[in-house]
This record gives sequence, C-alpha cells and structure tokens, in this order.
Amino acid sequence: MSPEFIIASIVTIIGLTTPILLAGLGELVTEKSGVLNLGVEGMMLMGAICGFAATAFTFNPWLGVIGAAAGGALSSMLFAILVLQLNSNQVATGLALSIFGTGLSSLIGQSFTGRIVPQFGSIFPDVLAKDPIWKLLFGYSPLVYFALIMVPLTAWFLKSTRAGLILRAVGENDHSAHSIGYSVTGVRYAAIAFGGAMAGIGGAYFSMVITPMWAERMTAGRGWIALALVVFAGWRTGRLLAGAYFFGFLMWLELFAKANGFGNTMPFLQAIPSQFWAAMPYIMTVVALTLISSRGNVGASAPACLGKPFLPST
Amino acid sequence: MQTPPRLDLSGITKRFPGVLANDQVSFAVQPGEIHALLGENGAGKSTLVKMIYGIMQPDAGEIRWNGERITIQNPKAARKLGIGMVFQHFSLFEAMTVLENIALGMDANIPARDLEAKIVAVMQQYGLKLEPHRIVSTLSVGERQRIEIVRALLLKPNLLIMDEPTSVLTPQEVEQLFVVLRQLASEGCSILYISHKLHEIKALCHTATILRGGKLVDTCDPAVETSRSMAEKMIGGSLKDIQRGEGRALGTAKLTVQSLSVAKDGPFGIALKDIGFSVKAGEIFGIAGVAGNGQNALLLALSGETPSTSPEAIQIDGTSVAPLTAKQRRLAGMASVPEERNGHAAVPDFSLSDNAILTARDRMGMVSGGMVNAHSARTYAGEVIAAFSVKATGPAAMADSLSGGNLQKFIMGREIMQKPQVLVVSQPTWGVDAGAAAAIHQALVDLAATGSAIVVISQDLDELLSLCDTLAVINEGRLSKPMPVAGANIEEIGLLMGGVHGDPNAPTHISAEVAHAY
Amino acid sequence: MRIKLEKRPAPSTFMLIATPIASVLLTMLIGMLVFDAIGIDGQRAVVDIFLTPILASYKWQDVAVKAAPLIIIALGLSIGNRAQIWNIGAEGQYVIGALCAAGVGIAAGPDAPAITLIPMILAGIIGGAAWAAIPALLKIRWDVNENLTTLMLTYVSFQVLGYLVGGPWKDTNGRNFPATAPLPEQLTLPILFQGSTVHLGVAIALILPFIFWLIMSKSVFGFQIRVVGSAPHAARHGGFDAKQTIWAALLIGGGMAGLAGALEFTGSLKAVNLGFPSGYGFTAIIVAFLGRLNPIGCLIAGIVLAITYVGGQVAQTTVHIPNSTAGIFQAMMLFFILASDILIRYRVRFIPTKPAIADKKEARV
Repeated sequence: MSPEFIIASIVTIIGLTTPILLAGLGELVTEKSGVLNLGVEGMMLMGAICGFAATAFTFNPWLGVIGAAAGGALSSMLFAILVLQLNSNQVATGLALSIFGTGLSSLIGQSFTGRIVPQFGSIFPDVLAKDPIWKLLFGYSPLVYFALIMVPLTAWFLKSTRAGLILRAVGENDHSAHSIGYSVTGVRYAAIAFGGAMAGIGGAYFSMVITPMWAERMTAGRGWIALALVVFAGWRTGRLLAGAYFFGFLMWLELFAKANGFGNTMPFLQAIPSQFWAAMPYIMTVVALTLISSRGNVGASAPACLGKPFLPST
Repeated sequence: MQTPPRLDLSGITKRFPGVLANDQVSFAVQPGEIHALLGENGAGKSTLVKMIYGIMQPDAGEIRWNGERITIQNPKAARKLGIGMVFQHFSLFEAMTVLENIALGMDANIPARDLEAKIVAVMQQYGLKLEPHRIVSTLSVGERQRIEIVRALLLKPNLLIMDEPTSVLTPQEVEQLFVVLRQLASEGCSILYISHKLHEIKALCHTATILRGGKLVDTCDPAVETSRSMAEKMIGGSLKDIQRGEGRALGTAKLTVQSLSVAKDGPFGIALKDIGFSVKAGEIFGIAGVAGNGQNALLLALSGETPSTSPEAIQIDGTSVAPLTAKQRRLAGMASVPEERNGHAAVPDFSLSDNAILTARDRMGMVSGGMVNAHSARTYAGEVIAAFSVKATGPAAMADSLSGGNLQKFIMGREIMQKPQVLVVSQPTWGVDAGAAAAIHQALVDLAATGSAIVVISQDLDELLSLCDTLAVINEGRLSKPMPVAGANIEEIGLLMGGVHGDPNAPTHISAEVAHAY
Repeated sequence: MRIKLEKRPAPSTFMLIATPIASVLLTMLIGMLVFDAIGIDGQRAVVDIFLTPILASYKWQDVAVKAAPLIIIALGLSIGNRAQIWNIGAEGQYVIGALCAAGVGIAAGPDAPAITLIPMILAGIIGGAAWAAIPALLKIRWDVNENLTTLMLTYVSFQVLGYLVGGPWKDTNGRNFPATAPLPEQLTLPILFQGSTVHLGVAIALILPFIFWLIMSKSVFGFQIRVVGSAPHAARHGGFDAKQTIWAALLIGGGMAGLAGALEFTGSLKAVNLGFPSGYGFTAIIVAFLGRLNPIGCLIAGIVLAITYVGGQVAQTTVHIPNSTAGIFQAMMLFFILASDILIRYRVRFIPTKPAIADKKEARV
C-alpha cells in the first residue's frame, strides 16, 4: 500500500468519523443530564437541511453552520417541551422527533434539490492544506477541527466546571438536585439544546462538506450509530473519540471493498459481498453494545436518572 | 427576653387539595435552643419545615427571622439567611465524591482546593470523620448523614433543621450525633429537631412543639413531660396495647433457613452470608438492623424473587421450598410484603382489584384456563377492604389514590387473608399513622395465633421489641444469633446493629437516656 | 403563566379516547396552517390527505390494503410497548419475514401447489420472530439495550435484502433489476372481492385485533404484560418471570411484523425488490401509540394512518408536495398523542405566575 493511499484513507476515515463524533458528543451531554433523546437522526437531518439552506441564502458556510446548529437545537426543543414539560415517554418522543425531522427536512429540502452551495475554504494556507503529506494534519474542513476541539472541551466542562458538576448531578439524582435548589428542567433544556445543536452541525457535515448538495435521508442512519456510540463509550468523552474512529474505520471498509480495494491482493475478502461490509458498522454496533453490557458496567456508568421522567414531588 | 426569637412562626397555614397540612401553627425558636418538632407521620411536620426552608410557601401566616418579617422564596434564600437543613432522605449523588457532593450544596463557587480545606476545618471542629475523595456509594448511612451535616455547617448556620435524623442510625451513631448537636447549640445555633422518637427528644431537646393533624397541640418542656404524656398528646388518645391471647404456646419449627447465601446484585448491593434461623408455628421473629444491611436481599431471597442457589436453604415444615419460584412458594404457603409499597408490593396505577390478582390469583382461585376471573378478584379485594377497614372508594380505586397507611393495610390484608403458613414482612408500619400501625400489629399477632410463622424485618427497634417473641440483628448481610425479646439487652442489640460499621472510638456504653425505650 | 398538574384520582376514560381524536384534528389544523405558510394550498392538502381517501370509494381498497400491515405490526408492538420493551426494528423483522416467505416460495418452485402458501406465511412469522430473537437473547443474557439493537438489525436486514435480491435470488428473466421473480399465480394470497386488490391479509388484520384484545384484557398473560410494563418489581413480586416477558414481547412483535411482511409479499407486491421496506415498521409505532396500545385502538389507528398514506399520494399529484409529507403528518400525530398522554392521569391547570405558589403536586404530608 502506497503512502498516498494510506494518507487518503486516513483523510476519509476522519471525514466519516466527524458527524458521528459531533452528534455523539452532543448526545453524551444530553444523556449526562439524565435525558435519553433518540431523535438524533431527525436532528441531524434538520441540521443538514438548515445548514444547507442558510448557506444557500447567505453564500457563507460559517453562517450555514450556525443555521445548522440552530436547526438542530430548535427541533430538539420540540422533544424538550414534550419530555420536560409534559412528561411524555422519552423513547417514544425521541422516535417521533426522528420521524418528524426526516419528514420536515425532506419537505424543506424539496426546493433545494439539485442546488449546490459554496463550501468551506481551507483555514490553513494551501502550502500546508494541499501538501500531499501535511494535508494529513491541515487539509480538513473546519468542522473536523471543531469536532476535535469539542472533545477535550466537553470533557473539561463536565469534569472541571461548576456547570458541568451541576449537569452531572441532575442526571445522577434529579430529586436531590431539585431539593438542593437547582432547576432540573432548566439544566435539561440546556443539555437537550446543546445535543440538538451538535447533532445539527454533525448533520450539516453531510450537506456542506461531504457533498455540497442536499439529498433526502442523507445521514443514512448515522444518528443511531451516534446513540450507540455514547453507550459504547460508557458516557466518557475519551472513549467516545476512540469509538468514533473505530466506527469510521468500519464505514471506510465498505467504501474500500466497493472500490475493489481488496482486489487481487486479498481475493478471499473481495469475494465477500459488499452488503456484508455495508452491514458491518451496524453489526459491530450490536457486538460492541453486547461486549460493553456483558462486562456489566453499563448500569454502573450510566447516569442514574437516564430516561426517567422527573416530576418534582413534595 | 432581650433578643427576639431566632425564628418566630405565627398562624402558618398550608392547604393541599383535600388536606389541610398546617392549620394556624405558631411557635418560636430561641437562639441556641434545641427545639423538637414532634408528631406522627402525616401530622404536618415535613410541610412546616419545607416552608421554613423555602421549598414551599405558606398560604397564610408570617415568618419572623430575628424579629424581622420575611418571606423565604427558595432554599437558596433560606441558606442565605443562615438556615441549614439535613433531610431525612439525603440529597446525595451516589456516583460522585464527598467533595463534589458538598460543592453542589454550596451556593458560591468555591475552588475545590479551598473547599476541601474548609471541610477539613469543620470536621476537626466538630469531630466528624469523612474522606473527601471517597465515592458516596461506598459510604455507610451514618457517613452519608455526616456529609449532609458538614454541608449544612459550612454555611455557618444560625438555624439547623434536622428531619428525622436518627431513623437510620445505630444507637452509637445517635449518641455521636447528639454530641455534635449540643456543641452547635452551645455556640448559639438554634436547632429544629424533627422526630417522633420520644426518648431522643427527652434526651436532647430543650423545648418540644407537638403537632397533630396539622394543628399545634402543645409546646412543652420535655424534661417535665413523660414519654407517655407526650405520646398521648401526639396520638391524641391513650395508647392501646397489643392484645395477645392468653397462654400462647409455640409449635414446632415452621420456617427453617440454613446456610442461606446470596451474591450481591449490582455494584451497590449487599450479599447475604450464611444466614440461618428458624421460626416456630405461632412465633413472631424480628430482624433488626440499620437500613441497607441486606434486609431487602433477605426478603427477596425468602419470597423467591431472587432464585436460591442452595436447594436446602429454605424449608417450610421440613420440606424444602428453595428450588421453587416466587409463584410456587406462594402456593406452598409463603407470603411476603416487601418494604416498598409503590411499585413493589403494589402497582400504583392499577386498581385494588388488579392488585389483588397480583399476589392472590392462584391461592384464591382467580384463574382458570389461563384467563383471569375479574369477578372473584373484585370480591376478594372488597373483602380485604372491609376486613382491614381500608379507606378506599372500592375495589376499583387506584392503588396510588390511597394514603400510605391505607395502602399498607390493603397489602397486609391481601396477604394475611390468604392464610399463609409463613409471612415475611419488611417495614410493616413504615410511614403509617398510629391507628393503622396498631391495626397492622394486631393483625400480625392474630395471624400468628392461628399457627403461622411470621418474620418481621424492621428498622424500628421499638416496634420489634413490642411485637416479637424472638429477635436477631442483620448487619452487612450477616444475621446474629437469635435472642428472646424477653431478655434482650438493648446495648448488645445496638452494638450488633453497628457491627463493623461501628466507630472504634464510639462510646461502648450507651447512655441510659438513649437506651431507654418506652 | 405556568402549568400546574393535579393528579386525578383515577385515569380519565374520556381523555383516553378523546385525545387521539383531538390529535388527528389538531394535526389537520396545524398542517393546514403550516402548508399555507410555506406557500402550498393548505386546505387542499389536508382535504386530499385526510378526506379524499374516505370520500372517494375507489380509494377504499388502497386504504384497506395499506392498513393491513400497519395494524398487524402495531398489534405486536403494542404488546412490547405495554411491557416497556422498545422494539423499534419492526421494519427489519417485516423485511426478513417477507424474505423467509420468498425463500420458501423459491425453494418450492414455480409449480408448487397452492397449499405451499401456508408454510410460506409460517416461515414469515418464524423469520420475523427469529430476527427479533437476537435482541431478545442479548437483552436477557447481557442486558443489552433493545431499542438500539432492534434498529441496528433493521439496517442489517436491508443489506441482507440487497444481497439476496441482487444475488442468489435475482430473477434471471428480469431486466437485470435486483428483484425476485414474480410469485406464480397459485402462491399469491386469495383476493376477497373479485376485481379488487383486497386480499386475505386484510381479513386477517380485521380479525387479529379482537383476538389480541381478548388476550390482553382477560388473560393472565395480558395481566403479566401490563404489570411488567407498569411496575417490574411488582411483577417479580407477583411471580411473573421477567425473561419470559421479554421473550414474549419481542417474539410476538417480530412474529407479527414477519407475518405482515409475508402477507404484503404474497398478497400485494408478489415479488421482493429493494423497494420492499416502505416504512410500515416505523409507522406502525405511531399506530400503536395513536391506538393507545389497545388492540381495537390499533385497528382504528391503522386505518387512519393508511388514509394519510393514500391521501399523501393523492396530494403529491394535486398540490405537488413531496412523498415524505405524509411522514410529517404522522409524526405530528405522534407528538400530539404523546403530549396529551398526561391529560389521562393529570388535570392541567394554567395559572398566572405568582411567586407565592411554589409547588406542583399534591402533597401527602
């Protein structure tokens, strides 16, 4: 394998990883506050179309990203109002958000089909960004760096800030947090909105970076992988990053196999139908969830109030 | 008096749908005074302190703080005034450290290092021991309460509210707590001490305010009153003793438990280790112990809700029931009432009739051919309601529309009327008013009189001493040797309850005032 | 202004029935306003989506044929949801069910007797149940969260479908299109009314809700499902086996989805191609909730959702909205029904913000 090929592969894997990493980080924070939002897929799609539309109107991809974050966060508020204010079932409501986001993004996207929007330029000088070797470090979309910066930032926020401490406390024991005097509902609104914004930006990566075009259901189930990633990571940011790259690698394998990558060097692998590789991320998600659960530490590391409705009682 | 009272309540009234929780309550707490707030469950104590701590607002009446009229908007405002509170149910975060837990209770954002120094200083001042970096889930109940106390003391309170602080402590831990509280009071801090344990109030408090049914009954000096006189004010009538049949004779061993061991379920669970005891026909066997020492695991193991690993560990009349499932054990005559009513003993959003199906369907013939006979379920639920004077609209009433005491009576009745050979109950009168508690105790005694063997698991030592024939103590999943209640030594029981949790520095001699059970 | 919740002494039967109806009506109203706002004739869109399929008798058969799989899948899911077991992968179980039926049909050959239909449909049920058995086993053995695994397996099932219809099962006489060969005439489901598309599956979808209703409301099994969902510890206390309940909930859910897939294949589509997964498995979740997890409710809700499907196609040609618009309406119904759930157990009071009133629920002091 040539160095060019290896570099190209790494660049591809990093690209595939970014959306699930962004959405996964957002969902991790949401879940740390004790809320399970299964609507990631819908929020990603809303982010994808809102980001695309905002870029189409402003011709500025940076404003596009803000639009994507707003689209994701706003759609997450639908979920938040139902779950936090009306105590609806979180699983069902998240599911509804996914269905809703899929439908609404298609409706909005109808008038954008076939259009192309300006893409991000490189934030580094071309000498670095286009260099066959240095592009490994400098040749990515700004969203890639944003995602990577958000990993330690999220970890620091959760671990070392007072706001992070309160957020974890709310997810750990909502009734105690309430009795001490923290606003459980307020914290959860913020956490859900952050999750929505991050999922929205993750979705925008599809419509603004991978292709500069809009297509219905273009996130293709990555939102669900992002959800699995959070469990896989045991609600820890470092492991979320590692897990995201693992899934990025699996997704790359499908592209690789489809491009006859195993070719003559590994004909036995090339003989495996491409659908097997396409199914691989999903199969591995199930396998990974099983491995994590079988070690019995899911229950211990999950926020204790995850998915449970909160009604302040006297 | 020169200085105005620290806290002065006048005409405090709070109404909930269907209940008048506080009706024109007025009393005052002086600086440095330990003031008891005494009353039954449901007398309105918790509502009252929630208003003082700003969790709720009174519908009428006024609160004066050092002579000034104030409204306390929320707990934060209360803390700002210098009001600290230690809740009965701790507001702690299991998966977090002691330090993080205390930081969460502080209104100001203090850097972790400074906070730790302050905590150490407070702990030294009051002789409280805590390791700041331990995870709360690894701590004993007494240590957890210390976190709450340290959290409150860091605010340098002028008034400390303690809500039923001793319900989960061993007698030794109670004594340590009293030392801290007396020191605080001597420094001028007022303490509002909520309890229904009369001997504690006599031992600790300067003044006692007694509530009954939301109304203030009396403010008195506990040193002058007797436990019995205060109890009668609290209950509003003379105490009724349990009626026991004359010349009771115990039969042969009905329930035999030997070498019962159960692995702990989950990281915070308690394992049962080599438990053995035997209960005769007609005997009431009590299991004492501080919360979280394996009581729940023991009940689940006996009822069959956790499967038994040893085939001979549990026997009824010499026949092993250990290999049987919960459903089969019930058919073999073993009934049980777990501690948690809502969601364990009963389904809150099911009707009483459906809750009767839950545990009585097989013994009371409510099932044929896989189908439920709703009529017989309704009939049985109706019988239970009538026989145990359950206040409910009828068999169709939702379980969660009943008060705690009435639901408990229904659950006890549902099991007792199945005439079980063995009945295992946990916390039979937890959160139940005195009338219901007396009825439940009487029903247990009556069931024993018919030749059933009864196991009562309770944290309320007074309850066990008055109800049981034999007593054993559970600690860290091990059961002590049973002892007859008639010759029980309260000091020995206290030490057993403390077990390895007991602080080696604790006084080995319990002062008579604490040990005195009424 | 803030919302105050007051618990009702008993659940409101009126709200139980009124809220789904209100949800449908609200969806129509809001949909109309939203479409008007984005420049589509909202009134026309709503009339076409919700009313045309009812008023135009020639659309009835379409509604019936679309409602059948929705009802059948929703019946299975409603059992799982009652037990708080979240099978959101019915779409995959539906696909696998159809594939299993197709597999039996292909193995039997083009000249197989009509009776082969019975093993085909049974294979569909078993296939769907088997696909759901994977998450069931993982949940029981290792406590793996079923809502993620069922969904992941749906994506896997799409790849299985792609592989089979594009590879081993590909129609050799077709135009190189990834699809199975059309079913021989005798292996298709009987048609109920001559000249219509209404097949035997519709009759099955009409009968099953009553059988499910009997089981859920009168049997010990139905009681068990309800207890496990409402209070799992109480279920254990009552002697009900949690593992058995998980098996039952997921296998019945998968089996019903598999049955729906087999019926759709043998009754309507008569061949399996890449377009076979049409979202019935997901829409059925909405049906189950709109039907309040009640079997008879599922029957009615299935018809309502089928109407929106058929109406969505009508509106696609009349007011040129994309196909996915029906999905928005369906999701809106689910939002409204979930939002109104609280009205069954609580009375909602709107009260002006006044600092003196601080606490929400009634207190049991």
